[in-house]
Amino acid sequence: MNKVVESADAAVADILPGSTIMLGGFGLCGIPENLIAALVKRRITGLHTISNNMGVDGFGMGLMLEAEMIASHIGSYVGENRKLEQLVLKGELDLTLVPQGTLAERIRAGGAGIPAFFVPTGLGTMVAEGKETRQIGERTYVLETALRADVALIKAWKGDRLGNLVYRKTARNFNPAMATAAALTIAEVEELVEPGELDPDHIVTPGIYVKRIVVGERYEKPIESAFIKAHQAGSPR
Amino acid sequence: MNGKEIIARRIAREVKDGYYVNLGIGLPTMIASYLPPGIDVVFQSENGMLGVGPPPLVGQADPDLINAGKQPVTELSGCAYFGSDESFAMIRGGHMDMSVLGAMQVDEEGNLANWMIPGKMVKGMGGAMDLVAGARRVIVAMEHQTKEGESKILRRCTLPLTGTHVVHDIVTELGWIKVTRDGLILTEIAEGISTADVQSRTEAKLAISPNLKTMAVS
Repeated sequence: MNKVVESADAAVADILPGSTIMLGGFGLCGIPENLIAALVKRRITGLHTISNNMGVDGFGMGLMLEAEMIASHIGSYVGENRKLEQLVLKGELDLTLVPQGTLAERIRAGGAGIPAFFVPTGLGTMVAEGKETRQIGERTYVLETALRADVALIKAWKGDRLGNLVYRKTARNFNPAMATAAALTIAEVEELVEPGELDPDHIVTPGIYVKRIVVGERYEKPIESAFIKAHQAGSPR
Repeated sequence: MNGKEIIARRIAREVKDGYYVNLGIGLPTMIASYLPPGIDVVFQSENGMLGVGPPPLVGQADPDLINAGKQPVTELSGCAYFGSDESFAMIRGGHMDMSVLGAMQVDEEGNLANWMIPGKMVKGMGGAMDLVAGARRVIVAMEHQTKEGESKILRRCTLPLTGTHVVHDIVTELGWIKVTRDGLILTEIAEGISTADVQSRTEAKLAISPNLKTMAVS
């Protein structure tokens, strides 16, 4: 079995316009930056994205937003992306904000065959509007549904040709959950290793979830706070 | 000592040995710098880490190692990493002893608003809704009034809520306010401030504790 694809361009070549795509990462940490760059080159439009954040102006998913590829987005925090905030306030982008833990659990449930579940989060807030609630014991809970996607683009540290993955530090975040919740999961890694090199006890994402694996050609890995400062200083806006 | 430092120093005294604590972005993060000596506390960051250490030295930041505020951090010995789903399972599952977060508004029922101003500002709730729903004790750490001098402690929040009936304590540079079923009770007051001063800068009605103490911030 060999899931290795030779380039990020080849890995995303058949993603269709209008697809629902999950993208791993927290801020700019642990994002599939090479797969995003390859997707931005293709400029496919009408995408429905699911990701905790949406990059920042000038990097990560911010580039997809600037290329007008995104029709709707589900996430928990948009604070660092001024372009996104402006589009949402003007009503030009369909944004659904979901509490971060509920987002993570909806994705986990999507990969685990659980169609819906109850959480205490968001009860009595806008997030619970229109949703079923139920008292279980002494507390009332909100029914939340699972999320799945056509494609998940994720970032791991090391992987093998079978698709087994390990992550590094806080770059793990949403990546393992998203790996389980899409029809087509594409993983980019910093290093491809031989099967058996990863300690089987340490594998976080077993290869069954991963359809394609590619070595990222180039990593910038900007640190978000520093990147925003530099970008704004050099920005003509 | 500025207002934010007073707040951070006071809450630091409330953190007990053995606690697992999540500190929100901004002011709450400062609390870690003022912990009393000799207590052993584990800080959680909801992007997937237990055992968060101080910021790295200049030039030693690791882009794969950040806190929920997206600032570079370091790891303490014995730290652990996990995915976002597990991170929030431990938050929602009631395993966090304490969550300290900022707010735009808090009210007499312990309702909290901190994630959007309709028509003006959308930041998103991030993990705040999960934290207030799941932590065993929720402390709001914030300056008492807005920059424009408006009260942030209201009879009823007017902004979209983050959670209902979730706040246990409110700590500002003016004092410590407990949220009870019977409303808000001022239990500690900053040195040199009168209870009338605090009430005049607070829209909500404050009961004054019969055991009112001066807020210690050493």
